[in-house]
Amino acid sequence: MAIDSDVLVIGGGIAGLSAALSAAREGAEVRLVTEAETTLHHASGLLDVLGYTPDGEGPVVDPFATIGDLPDSHPYAIVGERTVRDGLAMIDEVLGETYRGEHTDANALVPTHGGTVKPTARYPASVAAGLASDDRDVLLVDFERLTGFDAGVAADHLADGGIPAETSAATVEFPVTVRDDAKVTRYAHLLDENPTVTVDGRDRHVRAALADAIDPHTGDAKRVGLPAVLGVDHPAEIRAELGERLDAAVFEVPMGPPSVLGTRLEDWLYAVLDDAGVEIEAGGGPIVNFDADDRTISEVYMDRSGSPIPYGAEQYVLATGDVAGGGIDSDRDGVAEPIFDCHVPHPSDRYEWFNDDAFGDHAFVTFGVVVDETLRPIDDADDPEFANLRAAGAVIGGYDYPAEKSASGVSIATGYAAGRHAAREV
Amino acid sequence: MSDTESRDSREVEQSDTEDGYEPRDIFGTTTEMDLRSGADNCTKVGTCDAECPVAEVDDDFPGPQFQGPEQWRLSSKGDVEIDDSVTKCSNCLRCDSGCPSGVPFSEMHNTARAKYVLEDQPLSIKKIRNRILANYRTSAWLASKLPRTANFFMNNGIVRWLMEKTMKIPSEREFPEFATQTFREWWAERGGEATSKERAQEARAQRGDAPVHSDEKRVAYFHGCYSNYNTTQVAKSMVRAYESLGYEITVPKQKCSGTPMFANGRVDDARRHAKVNVEHLGDAIEDGYDVICTCSSCSLALRQEYPDLFDLDGIDELAAHTYDALEYLRIHEDLEAELEGATVDAPDVAYHAPCHSRNQGLGRQAVELFADVDGVAVTDVGDSCSGISGTYGWKAEKYETSMAIGEEMFEHMEAVDAETGMTECPTCAMQMEHGTGYEIMHPIEVLETALT
Repeated sequence: MAIDSDVLVIGGGIAGLSAALSAAREGAEVRLVTEAETTLHHASGLLDVLGYTPDGEGPVVDPFATIGDLPDSHPYAIVGERTVRDGLAMIDEVLGETYRGEHTDANALVPTHGGTVKPTARYPASVAAGLASDDRDVLLVDFERLTGFDAGVAADHLADGGIPAETSAATVEFPVTVRDDAKVTRYAHLLDENPTVTVDGRDRHVRAALADAIDPHTGDAKRVGLPAVLGVDHPAEIRAELGERLDAAVFEVPMGPPSVLGTRLEDWLYAVLDDAGVEIEAGGGPIVNFDADDRTISEVYMDRSGSPIPYGAEQYVLATGDVAGGGIDSDRDGVAEPIFDCHVPHPSDRYEWFNDDAFGDHAFVTFGVVVDETLRPIDDADDPEFANLRAAGAVIGGYDYPAEKSASGVSIATGYAAGRHAAREV
Repeated sequence: MSDTESRDSREVEQSDTEDGYEPRDIFGTTTEMDLRSGADNCTKVGTCDAECPVAEVDDDFPGPQFQGPEQWRLSSKGDVEIDDSVTKCSNCLRCDSGCPSGVPFSEMHNTARAKYVLEDQPLSIKKIRNRILANYRTSAWLASKLPRTANFFMNNGIVRWLMEKTMKIPSEREFPEFATQTFREWWAERGGEATSKERAQEARAQRGDAPVHSDEKRVAYFHGCYSNYNTTQVAKSMVRAYESLGYEITVPKQKCSGTPMFANGRVDDARRHAKVNVEHLGDAIEDGYDVICTCSSCSLALRQEYPDLFDLDGIDELAAHTYDALEYLRIHEDLEAELEGATVDAPDVAYHAPCHSRNQGLGRQAVELFADVDGVAVTDVGDSCSGISGTYGWKAEKYETSMAIGEEMFEHMEAVDAETGMTECPTCAMQMEHGTGYEIMHPIEVLETALT
């Protein structure tokens, strides 16, 4: 016996979540297994499609218009522009008002915590007022003791980048004295709960006291940017209250991990999957093995402290990520996809896998499985490895997502397509 | 340096062995537990601190990144004492599941806590109290000899006032009631293994799905302390549910799983108990039994903490053959078919997934299992920690922290349209009851009603 479903999705990143959602929408019984339930806590929360071309040209103005120019082996070329749009439309629909960007094909330019600007197709509503293309004057605010965001550096960097607005910066004391290296979630929960604090002998709620602290610095600024810590549960409410008190548009600046924007996105997508009837099993261990008969997978096995836990399905989606995510593995002898041992093309000389320049073009970034037009991994003779296995997201090779800024878009598009193909075979 | 140059120099270094490369042992061999690789894995991204429920409410707690990798590095430099803040860790293991780099936090914390308690911590009332709490089995065993008297005294106002004053046991908490008959006494009176075999065979004959006489379908029950001395109804439900599906049950000799001992740094006590458990459960495994637990912390201990901390013969086999009671049935039975059309007479419940269930990947199984069963609505109250963490919330100085962590869960429970709670962990159940006044059930109790 095994724990059964129609479609089993392996992996809990954007690709896995997209695949599970699209399969469930096709009517399949879907189960998603993920090694950790906190995968997106490390994500920026921005959903990019294509920021730069594979040749390094950019930022790209219209990522959709660029898809036609990509090499045939690129995941976007394999699924086609239409699927990229349909996948995004699925995500737009479920995220609703919480995300922006669907009104245009053009990339938005989102300022991030170092003051660099990231081209992205979709972004949380909470960062909308911060776009670099906006000409309203902007004040960036950081907190004493909060690491990971220096408003002064970010404001200078943005100004150097030539944004069409005056930038200024201020550092304020957060109204609750937290410990020196408190994490972003600590601030976020304080703003969610909004307890009363005493500031200068006055009893104030935390949000009001924070606005009091920022107010003297606003000057002519019509926009105020804060580190992305404005609540996990009530971000819209917190932003609205601060905006009203400051008489300015308040926005969040995306930060590195652990990320409140990523955590919120995960909460929302998990809730969407729950509503769609997807069973989620998180944190139980990695999938390490499988049984197959005549190139058809019958069961896969999770390793839970040495006990093999069997999961059975008619169709499987592999969304385990790339080298960094553990979906592709390497040792001195070669590069491999560790669960099903799908074919991963790579140079036999391992000194060709990387570049000595840390920021150079590393071959390993593009390592991954090769897929056919229905996203089935294929072997070195171009035959499907298994009749009922599909791949989605960064486990697919042939593109350099960190350089292209295409991680989310490829995950959504291939996840959407793999989920649909899988569900339609059930 | 160009690509070719760097490559050539590497090849020169390696050319002295036949294969071109021979790994060198730089750090030497040691019989001590080596956590260096765990510390080296840490990239200081800080997700562990962000996930930590104690750091969330207590700014004096430095958080898991310090307690684990940083403290390990400090203490390995020489004669540095373990910081006493390690006793503030509640052992919920959320840092383990949050870490993207596989740092073995729980193993590091358990090791550091044990070193602190056994070597560095000065003797105090609290230290003695912690050892008594850690050895709950001993107190429970004593109480079970005169359960009615124990129940009377343990919740008597004067006794509790004295306990708070002398032992720092918070008087706010209600002591769990001791059963007038322990599970093992009930099991023996019922006829033990022989009766179980008979009942399982009857069920198999009725079901016709397995041979009546067979060595398949046999489980060894690790009941732990709490369902033996306190919530015996959980253990009895497990027995009836499994027998109705044709399983023969054995209840091997056993001691405490060690969970409260790890959490209090008493790895010495835990090891003694583990030896007994590994020996007797190991014998059952050799005879073809799998081990099942109804307490999520017991299953976690047997599966993860034992092989992490102890080097005993058969410990890996035990880990690999241990399952949670619901998990085991989900793997081996078609529970969906069994429960199809079932109606249970149970109240709707607000379900809390214990941290130790989530850590085993079992946080959603109860919700999924009862989703299509008529008569009971199970609502998940979300991912917050209950805050009691075993003996943690039973310490006067930790009581406030424990309740502050639990606040979110209490609120979510109140928001759900149910007046009863459900969880797998006995101490989470105590906290749920303490914070809301609800009665708390175990999923196996609901399953028994649905199956029988």
